[in-house]
Amino acid sequence: MDSLVAQYTRPAEQQEGYFDEDQLELSQGSPQLSLKFALPPVANSSAWLRAMTDDYSNPNCPIKIAHGTTTLAFRFKGGIIVATDSRATAGNWIASQTVKKVIEINSCLLGTMAGGAADCQYWLAYLGMQCRLHELRHKRRISVAAASKILANLVYNYKGMGLSMGTMCAGVTPQEGPALYYIDSDGTRLAGNLFCVGSGQTFAYGVLDAEYSYDLSDEDALELGKRSILAATHRDAFSGGFINLYHVKEDGWVKHGFNDTNPIFWKTKLEKGEFSNVTSELV
Amino acid sequence: MASVFTAPPLADNGPGYSFKQTPTTHISADGTRQHSFYPYTDNGGSTLGISGADFTILAGDTRSTSGYNINSRYVPKLFKIGGEGPEHTGSSIVLSVVGFAADGDALKERLDTVVKMYKYQHGKNMSVAACAQRLSHILYNKRFFPYYVHAILGGLDEEGKGALYSYDPVGSYEREQCRAAGAAASLIMPFLDNQVNYKNQYIPASGYGHDLQPRKAELLPRNTVEELVRDAFDSAVERHIEVGDGLQMMIITKDGIEEVYSPLKKD
Repeated sequence: MDSLVAQYTRPAEQQEGYFDEDQLELSQGSPQLSLKFALPPVANSSAWLRAMTDDYSNPNCPIKIAHGTTTLAFRFKGGIIVATDSRATAGNWIASQTVKKVIEINSCLLGTMAGGAADCQYWLAYLGMQCRLHELRHKRRISVAAASKILANLVYNYKGMGLSMGTMCAGVTPQEGPALYYIDSDGTRLAGNLFCVGSGQTFAYGVLDAEYSYDLSDEDALELGKRSILAATHRDAFSGGFINLYHVKEDGWVKHGFNDTNPIFWKTKLEKGEFSNVTSELV
Repeated sequence: MASVFTAPPLADNGPGYSFKQTPTTHISADGTRQHSFYPYTDNGGSTLGISGADFTILAGDTRSTSGYNINSRYVPKLFKIGGEGPEHTGSSIVLSVVGFAADGDALKERLDTVVKMYKYQHGKNMSVAACAQRLSHILYNKRFFPYYVHAILGGLDEEGKGALYSYDPVGSYEREQCRAAGAAASLIMPFLDNQVNYKNQYIPASGYGHDLQPRKAELLPRNTVEELVRDAFDSAVERHIEVGDGLQMMIITKDGIEEVYSPLKKD
């Protein structure tokens, strides 16, 4: 009889809303950035997630996740320029015009954000944690190659699960000098001199490829970064808001402002005579 | 537009709910059954938050709907976080959630537990910045089975200034001056852009044509913000079916949280 009772009775705490491990996690303060994720109770969880959240394949999906959009980074003789727009959209709704799409991992490393905003924020924060741990363990800063590979291996582990991110890691180390890597949620990891990522990438590439040279001066490089993003915000509906500019130099990155595109657009048009397809008549 | 004239969608099988999220089982000609898993219901309603120099105001309507049915006229969307006892004494952080109320409740319980545990373990209150990041991680922990919620978190930062954080369902977050979420977000947010951040406002006679100077945004005083909140909700009630019944406001200042309830139209 006792064995029968024991078989069908569970300790009281197991019948509460939280599972054992959840309770343990909560009472211990839990690892804040963890790799344990809740999964829906269905056979094909990634298809289910797509049905619920992918507004591209299903415009009526109930959960609209914020997406990021035009980002670029290029290497030149003075270091690396990183520039982004600041618009986040959820379907056709502009969820925010003030997103910080350049994520400061540490004083010498920057990450950019395109694709799922939460995916980029979370995993770049996680990368920041791993980079700090590397620093503490090895008594020197992590190389950009190693940092980007941590991220690439990580997202590769979740391949097919529905993560969406296209990110660039830009940084300087004494071993490598200025280094630039592109990583996306498919698991691609590429080293290179020039990348544009996001729905406005083609427009940014158009301007950047036309004017780019490795021997650009610092001012010209910053201007080119800004102008390429401006072109993308003008032609891509999913890009806009503010232009976020960074310059990665030998002794770390420097921020060059978070500026509204609208006055920049009119300045570019009226003072330089560009964008002549747009009328400036005030009717 | 067309929804004015269409009747509630009728389920082809299953219980006769008036909303389209009816659990469905499709039986095809060869006898195979396909069950769908839809664990969410949109309970409607709207929330908004505005922060000022030394306060933050969060507000939400108290109507709870499911499809075209109004199930309750008083289901709060605002929760005090980390306080003691049933009155939440000593709390200085407010969470507002809109979307699926059950997920919102679960999220509130989680965050409340975490903030309390932090206090027991460290002997001090959690800062809003820490709480904001933790909320992001709680949301992201369900990245592959998301909470169907838009959360807004309000409090005072370590300098005593108003702090407001807004979230997407899987935890991307940002500190902002103002934010509207939920069913009437698309009605309220443009109003807030104009009245809080002075978007598209120019200083009269400051120039001609392209030289016209934009009006600089400034921090608003508390009574102005309270009026804006009321106006925003009164307007939303006029034009959105899922918003109405009551307005719950929580004002966070250095003296604690002040809660104000006032009626909205009930039709």
